Amino acid sequence: MTTRIDTRFAELAKQSRSAFVTFLMAGDPDPATSLEIIKALPKSGADVIEIGMPFTDPMADGPSIQAAGLRALKAGMTLKKTLELVRGFRKDDDATPIVLMGYYNPIYIYGVDKFLVDAKSAGVDGLIIVDLPPEEDDELCLPAMKAGLNFIRLATPTTDDKRLPAVLANTSGFVYYVSITGITGAATADSAAVSEAVARIKRHTKLPVCVGFGIRTPETARAIASHANGAVVGTALVDALKTSLDAEGRATGKTVNAVAALTVALAQGVKGAKQAAE
Amino acid sequence: MNVAKPNSYRSGPDERGHFGIFGGRFVAETLMPLILDLEKAYTAAKADPAFQAEMNGYLKNYVGRPSPLYFAERLTAHLGGAKIYFKREELNHTGSHKVNNVLGQIMLARRMGKKRIIAETGAGQHGVATATLCARFGLECVVYMGAVDVERQQPNVIRMEMLGAKVFPVQSGTRTLKDAMNEALRDWVTNVHNTFYCIGTVAGPHPYPTLVRDFQSIIGNETKAQMQEVEGRLPDSLVACIGGGSNAMGLFHPFLDDPSVEIFGVEAAGHGLTQLHAASIAGGRPGVLHGNRTYLLMDDDGQIQDAHSISAGLDYPGIGPEHSWLHEVGRVNYLSATDDEALAAFQLLSKLEGIIPALEPAHAIAKVMELAPKRPRDHLMVVNLSGRGDKDVPQVGDILRGKSK
Repeated sequence: MTTRIDTRFAELAKQSRSAFVTFLMAGDPDPATSLEIIKALPKSGADVIEIGMPFTDPMADGPSIQAAGLRALKAGMTLKKTLELVRGFRKDDDATPIVLMGYYNPIYIYGVDKFLVDAKSAGVDGLIIVDLPPEEDDELCLPAMKAGLNFIRLATPTTDDKRLPAVLANTSGFVYYVSITGITGAATADSAAVSEAVARIKRHTKLPVCVGFGIRTPETARAIASHANGAVVGTALVDALKTSLDAEGRATGKTVNAVAALTVALAQGVKGAKQAAE
Repeated sequence: MNVAKPNSYRSGPDERGHFGIFGGRFVAETLMPLILDLEKAYTAAKADPAFQAEMNGYLKNYVGRPSPLYFAERLTAHLGGAKIYFKREELNHTGSHKVNNVLGQIMLARRMGKKRIIAETGAGQHGVATATLCARFGLECVVYMGAVDVERQQPNVIRMEMLGAKVFPVQSGTRTLKDAMNEALRDWVTNVHNTFYCIGTVAGPHPYPTLVRDFQSIIGNETKAQMQEVEGRLPDSLVACIGGGSNAMGLFHPFLDDPSVEIFGVEAAGHGLTQLHAASIAGGRPGVLHGNRTYLLMDDDGQIQDAHSISAGLDYPGIGPEHSWLHEVGRVNYLSATDDEALAAFQLLSKLEGIIPALEPAHAIAKVMELAPKRPRDHLMVVNLSGRGDKDVPQVGDILRGKSK
């Protein structure tokens, strides 16, 4: 089964270009503004859009993304509304891949089978679930594959060659390489180490490898993108969003543009990169 | 409760860390290799007589085990029913049962060559035990504690600092035990190369619920032998408080396959089960948090809800996965006690027996006050006095003088 993710990476490969992947939290700072922001991403240069599903206890996230999730929850965001957000985006854009990223409990409580049906029909293409390692593939990964959704696995600096085959076995769409041991937004990725790690992963898979955690600037984005099939930026975009809010944490007239402007700058960084030889 | 009764209640978990549908390994990939290493190291340690011998030496001469099984004569007379025994875990070095588990994990960390130890703590008892053993073995110690708990358990914060530990007040979320655990997991993901996470209760990803249970089972094993010695038979019932549930699991597990023994776990009902509380089994349902599937307090969207208990050690919206399973198979009865009931029990025990209990086991005593009078005088009831109340004296003093609610 070909998803929008597969199609998008095939197109980018033809252009010898790396993907710019953005992450923002669904419903941050409120559902309506969030939809406007997401809609603005493709024309600002985002090739793939990751949307965070808010959760009260995001164990792998740093303070910025934790706060984004809490803003969204405070504004009444739920998993159901996150799917509505995707549905809203799909009215105008049927090509840009959408990946939902988050933690398992809200999906488990929603009901795995119902969630997969609703996510697929809303226009979701893939899932990244931080707290579902391959050891728990029965829970969501295998059902998601059956439902025609990509299950994108995280590989990390602690995933050694012995473990990589297990991590890659049921992965589809792309592989998300976490460039640091740590939480989102904590440290800066080292491009030499990333280059080596991506090459190592590519010895085990033909899937595109995108790199995230620790990319904040167009310069880092360019450096990382030249070693990988894509660069993911989350915390820096979430921070730009937060800076645009008023004292009560509400959206202002600047909010959508603040995110779009940084997206443009980062996309230029990524597009300036020469993609590593396949 | 449509779950098949197993042949033994003591055979879990399976090789993937499941107790029925509960347990598992719901963690970030970064941690997975280390969790697999830990499982291997623990399996090897269990099979190594030298490991057990070394641990027994410290348990005897450093912790002060065995802890006494004490006949609470005046409480028994006051309640007029069952003969009540206390398993005196509050007499252990550091003042609670927590040290049994920490000793085991620190010895594992040493075997694995880890020099930096992190821990989460609620009431501070697990933090103090961890800080103590890190001091004893010359290891770096970092303790995450919710800012609310830092405030209400000051004596333990001071103790940890005196022992050389760094205490980080956690400001995120509800600023209690749940958030301390989130922050400890974030530290672990960041420093996985040199850090051992010493989890304080029978929760978290496999193999933690199992290894913490095994290290705490010394409580039940000693109780069995001691009761045999004084009464010549098994007890008729066991009672213990439950936050994550490690003192309870330690007492219960060796008795699970003795069908004549009635077992009661006591959750914290806070202001009452219809208001803010911390009783995951009474008021929650199965979900996934902190590495395992278990009963959790949450809303319809799967967002974790705030727990409340007067006792910082029970103020957690989840429970160990094996307890969730024991509830579903019906082997253990899970009850709950409110803040007010625990306070009353705290005062009664202090005055009747000259033992100031921690607020956590005061919840167990509160249910003993209901259960014991309904049972005959030859009924042997054991309650786990899992910690001493020194840490709670300032907080309870304020409450009793009407200074805080």
